[in-house]
Amino acid sequence: MNTRSLTSFLLLLTLAAFLLSLMAGKVWIWPTSWAADNADGWIFLELRLPRALLGLCIGAVLGLSGAVLQGYLRNPLADPTVLGVSASAALGGVGAIYLGLNLLPFGLFACAMLGAGSSILLLLVISRNGGPIGFILGGMVLSTLAGALTAFVISIAPNPFAASEIINWLMGALTDRLMADVATALPFMALGVALLFSTGRALDALTLGENGARSLGINLVRLQWIIVLGVGLAVGASVAVSGVVGFVGLIIPHLIRAIYGEQPSQILLPSALGGAILTLVADSLLRLLPGPSEVRLGIAMAVLGAPFFLLLLLRYRRGNV
Amino acid sequence: MTLTVRNLGFSYGQTCILDAIDVTFEAGKFTVILGPNGAGKSTLLACLAGLLEPQIGNASLNGADIIRMAPTTRARHIGLLPQGAETHWAIPSEALVALGRIPHMRGAGPSADDREAIKAAMSATATEGFANRPVTRLSGGERARVLLARVLAGELDWILADEPLANLDPGFQLDILALLQRQTEAGKGVVAVLHDLQYAVRFADHILLLHEGSLFAQGSVEDVITPANLAHVYGIDANLFKDEEGTIQLSIKGKVRL
Repeated sequence: MNTRSLTSFLLLLTLAAFLLSLMAGKVWIWPTSWAADNADGWIFLELRLPRALLGLCIGAVLGLSGAVLQGYLRNPLADPTVLGVSASAALGGVGAIYLGLNLLPFGLFACAMLGAGSSILLLLVISRNGGPIGFILGGMVLSTLAGALTAFVISIAPNPFAASEIINWLMGALTDRLMADVATALPFMALGVALLFSTGRALDALTLGENGARSLGINLVRLQWIIVLGVGLAVGASVAVSGVVGFVGLIIPHLIRAIYGEQPSQILLPSALGGAILTLVADSLLRLLPGPSEVRLGIAMAVLGAPFFLLLLLRYRRGNV
Repeated sequence: MTLTVRNLGFSYGQTCILDAIDVTFEAGKFTVILGPNGAGKSTLLACLAGLLEPQIGNASLNGADIIRMAPTTRARHIGLLPQGAETHWAIPSEALVALGRIPHMRGAGPSADDREAIKAAMSATATEGFANRPVTRLSGGERARVLLARVLAGELDWILADEPLANLDPGFQLDILALLQRQTEAGKGVVAVLHDLQYAVRFADHILLLHEGSLFAQGSVEDVITPANLAHVYGIDANLFKDEEGTIQLSIKGKVRL
């Protein structure tokens, strides 16, 4: 199969996953009742539609961010979760809730995006010339630090209600989001995604190393800022609206590379589609699991992602990533 | 088409790497930069490639300061084969060669010109045979040729090569040198940092001998590769002679006895 038909196939799969997410749940809602003026219609409009849209968007954002970060750092282990970008966005969000900034328009979003963007800058400062493992260690440090500070903010939260609100948001889920939340997040994500898609050619050039890329006329300083801004906006907005959903950006580019080959620019769009498919399907399956309450998406992805990361790390040690 | 370096000085902090370098490079000539480790060879090449900004003086292309040129414009005239043969992803050889077209690309995909240049570069380096093989699965000699094809695909006026022979067997080293020499015959300027004096005397039209950041000598092989210069710069006892076929050879007897 050539690349174009593969991508068409992925697009169809994305559409199928989106439709599944619209229908699946404790109550199945078939397309015939989507416009109905009854309980099914309301569930569709108020619950399912925003949830499916969010799944689509944050999945695409995370898959794409993973692919871009891996290409930029020339490191197959990079991903917003592993590098501590998600945790830093969460810290920004928690800080916003604690200070009451979330009551201002875009307050939560601005703080989460600031957290995400500054974490990449910090990472570049502390891990420069550290090699592939250097970035992972730097990310671990950031992730741990952001986690500890988040826990600290929760522990000094003014009342139990605030603490539980923060924890609830942090754990990562697509449930109970309003169309208004989706509408707020969408422009930021779209801008971030557009920035990230513009990096393809520069990421390809980096295959030749930094000097090779620069000799081809690539401005690496500009590229760095595009990535900081793009990942900051996209991942920051997705964390602000749905908490930390991890490892999508780690798992998806690997699967995509196995199909599409390793050229960084070629895996950007497929990784975005793959991320959306994984997130939508996982979220739909969680709804179908029997039990009194749903397993949260963030928790499910961590359970799936951590062993995958371990597997990659073991392969990496043997030198065949 | 002139590449010139005027009174160029470069230092990292307090450490002076290059001092008062003046050179005019000629198109159609194979210029070899020689000098012991730490003499400043790679730094000089990086200044020519627009990767480093000298604190004093400048490197210029047709009168325009290279570091001030728009990066894409510069990249259409001057190409660099960096040290170390870095390749990070297992992309097919042909895709790697296509990277050389990046400075010329406008739209989304490669144009007819791009495709033609890629084909010509791969045919010149005899790399078409493994166009679809990932670069990570090539032998050292094959990979060196693919990386050189990447530079050639850029259809540049100047090719800068930083130790292009490192880690290659003699046969492959001669392949690369012959390819670079063919570029000079086509009227392009080639500037290469080499470590091997034997190859330098065989292939160079012009030699720059760097010593502790200064241009110790420059000129033709016979002018620069003299026993006195080699003794002073490398501390070796060596001399040039012509073999039966009239080829210039270098014989290195050993370290200079003090």
